[in-house]
Amino acid sequence: MVSDRVLAQQGGYRLRMEGIHKRFGATIALAGVDLSVRGGEVLALVGENGAGKSTLMKVLSGAHAADEGRMWLDDKPYQPRNPLDARRAGVGMIYQELSLARHMSVMENILLGMEPTHGPLMDWTAIRRRAADAMSQLDRPDIPLDIPVMRLSVAEQQMVEIARAVAVGCRVLVLDEPTSSLTRKDIVHLFNLVRRLRSQGHAIVYISHFLEEVREISDRFTVLRDGQSVGGGITSEVPTERIISMMVGRTVDELYPRSLRTPGEILLQIDGLSGQGKPRSASLTLRRGEVLGVAGLVGAGRTELLRTIFGLSPVRGGTVRVGAFTGTATPHRRWQQGVGIVSEDRKQEGLAVSLSITDNLTLSRLPRWITPSGQDRQASRWIGRLAVKCRSPRQSVVDLSGGNQQKVAVARLLHHDVDVLLLDEPTRGIDVGSKAQIYQVIDDLACRGKAVLMVSSYLPELMGVCDRVAVMCRGVLLPARPVAEIDEHQIMAEATGSGDTV
Amino acid sequence: MNPSPELTTPSRFSAGELIGKLGPLIGLVFVLALFSILAPATFPTLNNFELILRQTAVVGTAALGMTLIIIAGGIDLSVGSGIALYTVVIALLLRGGVHPLLAAAGGIAAAAFCGGVIGFLITRLGLAPFIITLGMWGVLRGAAKGLANNSMVYPPATGLNELLQPLSADFIWFLTPGAWIMLVLAAVVALMLRYTRFGRHIFAIGSNEQTARLCGIHVENTKLRIYMLAAAFAGVAGILQFSYLTMGDPTTADGMELNIIAAVVIGGASLSGGQGSVLGSLVGALIMTIVSNGCTKMGLANWVEQIVTGCIIVLAVALDRLRQRRMS
Repeated sequence: MVSDRVLAQQGGYRLRMEGIHKRFGATIALAGVDLSVRGGEVLALVGENGAGKSTLMKVLSGAHAADEGRMWLDDKPYQPRNPLDARRAGVGMIYQELSLARHMSVMENILLGMEPTHGPLMDWTAIRRRAADAMSQLDRPDIPLDIPVMRLSVAEQQMVEIARAVAVGCRVLVLDEPTSSLTRKDIVHLFNLVRRLRSQGHAIVYISHFLEEVREISDRFTVLRDGQSVGGGITSEVPTERIISMMVGRTVDELYPRSLRTPGEILLQIDGLSGQGKPRSASLTLRRGEVLGVAGLVGAGRTELLRTIFGLSPVRGGTVRVGAFTGTATPHRRWQQGVGIVSEDRKQEGLAVSLSITDNLTLSRLPRWITPSGQDRQASRWIGRLAVKCRSPRQSVVDLSGGNQQKVAVARLLHHDVDVLLLDEPTRGIDVGSKAQIYQVIDDLACRGKAVLMVSSYLPELMGVCDRVAVMCRGVLLPARPVAEIDEHQIMAEATGSGDTV
Repeated sequence: MNPSPELTTPSRFSAGELIGKLGPLIGLVFVLALFSILAPATFPTLNNFELILRQTAVVGTAALGMTLIIIAGGIDLSVGSGIALYTVVIALLLRGGVHPLLAAAGGIAAAAFCGGVIGFLITRLGLAPFIITLGMWGVLRGAAKGLANNSMVYPPATGLNELLQPLSADFIWFLTPGAWIMLVLAAVVALMLRYTRFGRHIFAIGSNEQTARLCGIHVENTKLRIYMLAAAFAGVAGILQFSYLTMGDPTTADGMELNIIAAVVIGGASLSGGQGSVLGSLVGALIMTIVSNGCTKMGLANWVEQIVTGCIIVLAVALDRLRQRRMS
């Protein structure tokens, strides 16, 4: 907002970021972001997955250097060279993934890396005193200082992490999706703490998807979309619908091929499926020649849904029927039944990156006796079909670009000739050209009578590729609706739990 | 020629990959040349090369099994103890009047059983192979001593004693049976790794266990089979060791597991799994033997030999790390 910019020029801000640009290779992650926050204020940073929130915070914490743009801390230029630099300058980051030394005591964790000493010896008295100070600032003197951190609950561990930031005397505290693994009760405690820190004069940046939380805790908000700040304002003055439209209002600039698809018989039917924790309850029907999308926020349980269907995570209740087969099954059986999965985590799970393209592509369907040249020939066919850029099918997958790696992961399903494809974030972190190719493959498959169940956090993609979309919110899969009858606002509202859930 | 238009560069391997594959062979040529220069009269002779091959047979055969385990991302610290146990088992069977072939089969069966126990514990308890096999290192050694009543077991002389004896000087080209056993098994394992589904699954599990599971591989069952098969090779190594000793000795092969692991690692296997080759492991075993043999031929003291061997191991692992870093 214009008034924001004017205020920023006038000073009075604890932290200011202006015109931040950041590019990774060909990908533009940040294309001019402005952000400012005062002491004693909570600023909510909202935006869809991939909007650039994490990159922005990595620039702030010194993990990435910005290509362009400037930052000020209390009106002094601020240019952290690394996270330690940022921490010394008074910028405390609390990430979703906690970074604690699990086996060490609470007080050691709080003062890790800046322990008071007597010469070479640890000054345990001072360590205990300063840790206790930090904890009482957080109003949590009840957490024992001597026990190893791993014996604390997740919420308490988060307190230790915040105490660590407070103990260094942080001036800006960034909380990245802090409630994603907390219970409702812990969330209330956390919010009380945030208000307490605010009243002590800390500047707080609060990153969240959950608009209800944003409304509850923040004074102002800034919206990030496609790496740009597209708006902001006083939280209490702007209706939730307006914030949602700021988050999603973008043009569809990619090509989503959609040939005529004719739904056939049911290939996959799920009733009241629940797994370990998530999903809590999921029912869906997937037909031949159909692409069904699952939307939702990170942590809603979409990945767990696919894994539970595929037998990678245990089924606690409900049924899964694949064609004529009913009941639970191992991944091995699922492949035999004609179901294949593409993992969202390409490097850790999807691909054995030290092995060759051929090995990765044919792994799920190897004959008992192998002729390496024959395997290479089969792999080459898919390499050609999907235009995988490589020197040879024997090349290690580790050398390929993300997009080409993803094509190999998808090609495995094509090579296996599965009927049901479970795709988890199939286009995450890959270039637009590869994305277009994967969309084309999905459309071809649907036309040829395959069934696709696709999880994505990128709404335009879901709207462009899928026939129907179902939203998942906190472990519950809501009923699927044809894309013609649903828009991005409704999806966003359902996903953030702020809409009228059926 | 190429089926795909995307294959732009004609070379099948990059320079780094090529060095990775040839590294152990270069090392072999290097140590051969080194000792030929340092001990020209005694080292580079046909008799000595034949001796080196015989000296390599036990470690080389056991290294075949270790290669499978290490490619799959595991480790086995109990092989040395196992080999001692199997010499005792064979000697006891022979003393009990069992046919030599059956006694040898009994040694292999005992080994496969031990491997099964190791594999079962690793897959069912979900503990690190290092810990399980460190425990088995003690258990098997103790079992060997208990079975042998804490002494040597002297069996009657049989054909099993002849496996590592030199053939008569005229037939030296034909090698000793023990060397043949090692070479034939090596060929079988190399072919298995390359041409069977089981072999590719071993690589997949070692490279990325999660991917293997995602692709429907029965990771647990495959691991169990790997440890059983590897132990069976240790059983064959036990037969060869028995042949060398001509008796059952519960204290033999002490620390040999480290030589075996070193051979596999020098041969280009990665301790983090997913990489390794039979040829490499055999070359690694040969390098270890040549260093020891060459030092002896030069008249160097045993302590010098041990220091040199230690340095070679560290050097090889350092090269392995370097290769890893280039990969990632």
